[in-house]
Amino acid sequence: MISNPKDTAAGLFFIAAGLFFCLNVWFNLQVGTALRMGPGYFPIALGAILALLGLAIIFKGMFTQGTPFGSVAIRGVVFVGLAPLIFSVVVLPLGLVAAIFLSTFVASLSSQRSGIVFSLLLSLGLTIFCVLVFSYGLGLPYKLVGPWLQWIGG
Amino acid sequence: MEILANLAIGFETAFQLHNLFYCLIGVFLGTVIGVLPGVGPTATIAMLLPITFSLSPTSAMIMLAGIYYGAQYGGSTTAILMNLPGEASSAVTSIDGYQMARQGRAGPALSIAAIGSFVAGTFATLLIALSAPTLTKLALEFGPTEYFSLIVFGLVCSVALAHGDILKALAMVVFGLLIGLVGTDLYSGAQRFTLGFMELFDGIDVVALSVGIFGIAEILRNLENESLREATTARVGTLLPSRQDLRQSTQPIIRGTVIGSLLGVLPGGGALLSSFASYTLEKKLSKTPERFGKGAIEGVAGPESANNAGAQTSFIPMLTLGLPSNAVMALMIGALIVQGIVPGPNVVNERPDLFWGLIVSMWVGNLFLLLLNLPLVGIWIKLLKVPYYALFPAILAFSSIGIYSMGGNVFDLYSLTLFGVIGYFLMKVECEPAPFLLGFILGPMMEEYLRRALILARGDATVFFTSPISAGFLVATVFMLVIITLPFIRRRREEIFVED
Repeated sequence: MISNPKDTAAGLFFIAAGLFFCLNVWFNLQVGTALRMGPGYFPIALGAILALLGLAIIFKGMFTQGTPFGSVAIRGVVFVGLAPLIFSVVVLPLGLVAAIFLSTFVASLSSQRSGIVFSLLLSLGLTIFCVLVFSYGLGLPYKLVGPWLQWIGG
Repeated sequence: MEILANLAIGFETAFQLHNLFYCLIGVFLGTVIGVLPGVGPTATIAMLLPITFSLSPTSAMIMLAGIYYGAQYGGSTTAILMNLPGEASSAVTSIDGYQMARQGRAGPALSIAAIGSFVAGTFATLLIALSAPTLTKLALEFGPTEYFSLIVFGLVCSVALAHGDILKALAMVVFGLLIGLVGTDLYSGAQRFTLGFMELFDGIDVVALSVGIFGIAEILRNLENESLREATTARVGTLLPSRQDLRQSTQPIIRGTVIGSLLGVLPGGGALLSSFASYTLEKKLSKTPERFGKGAIEGVAGPESANNAGAQTSFIPMLTLGLPSNAVMALMIGALIVQGIVPGPNVVNERPDLFWGLIVSMWVGNLFLLLLNLPLVGIWIKLLKVPYYALFPAILAFSSIGIYSMGGNVFDLYSLTLFGVIGYFLMKVECEPAPFLLGFILGPMMEEYLRRALILARGDATVFFTSPISAGFLVATVFMLVIITLPFIRRRREEIFVED
């Protein structure tokens, strides 16, 4: 029975991260000696320390009573996490206007309190605002309308 | 009178019209974003970092510093008016500040906070101007061995003085150090942990990482429980504090300033620790401690002065040693590096305009806060009414554009999402993000000093104990670790940082 789920999860995460760095060094980088330190020396030491700290956190968690995770904003993680990705996919082919509009719209879907109409209006308003501020105000050199949409403007 | 000549350089730089302008813009933007619920100073600075990259280094630093105290002040405003502290250091302010607001005395609370901050800021600025040259001279004596041990000491201190679990905070530091090493190794040219992504050869972008781990993670946490975000705002009423308010606040402001200035220099939550310490002290010294928690103006005046003084003096290690004492300073160092300036004791000699200009502009910025924010308080209240579900998509859009605009690199947006999700997970398991950012900034420096020290010592690791200064830092580090694990101290520490 896990008495302290948060500590256990944190510990496992740090162990995994520490091992990742150690193994990566082991297979790809030279460790070297203290005098001739290779690119792997410092990271493999840190990786080992991190994994040990992870173990200690789990160990400590076995003797303490923790609080449960509570609710997780799954919808938030999905849509908020998607927003920058959508921006990154859209900005080159479709341009800045579409990137801002689509990523804002997707982001606002993660809230349970804003409806579709509100999200659309918000995205529209923000797009206009951002284009005015960033493209005309600060003069960012990015295409407002990307090559895939050039036909619209003729 | 070297100090006067130095300050003259500073005034000359800070009062150049464009620098005044950037200071004003910084303070204004910082307040606007700091007032918005759920956006702390670190996230604010991280978000606004990209727009300073096109400025000269001096103007950029002046603007960033302005954003910092603007955001701090904005955080106090929400703490007083809505009981929603923007960050932990204004949590104390909300105890009595919000009670005052409920009694219709929000105006005096806001004014005292601004006046106290201004007094503290002035004093701290003077202190920085007086102590910085001496410290820089001292720091120039440090070799790689001393620097390495100093960084170890600083990192452990920042863990010890922050709140939360010590083991987890240490793990976060080490994790940050490792993430900071991603990229090309300067000595061997080897690619480390880049997983084959060419975009990672220069390392992970500091803005994407910090906006992710502070900004996005915070948004996700707020989305967990949206209904709690409906807060009502108190009426401000008259802004002018009464004569009695002023009399009651004078001493707390002075004491808070002194405490804050001293504690702010220490690594770790300078502003946080000092506001807690000031509140505790005022309550102890008060003849009527029962008024605390029920709207005692001393409980606003002391901590607000203390956290502003602490915020200001936390610049001292950054400016003199090139080492960050908290997450905000880590971002400042990141900004300097992007600007092509190596932070450290050489900055004061090589760029006196930047160094002294920044110091004087801190004072100017505090003046702006006092003159601007009080009259504009009506606007800030309007901002508080923006619903969160309209706010966070805007934050996301600004961050995405800002991060993309830095290098026109979509990869940085992947980092944003990745670190947002990692940050949210770490927040869920109660790991503080600040030590992670400190580690991230210090990772490459620490490795560099370790390498150089060991090369100088011909691979003999005992050098860290035979050099007296280095040994001193390491002994202090061990001492610190022992102290915080002692049961008695640990209990006290947990008591001090109890937030709710």
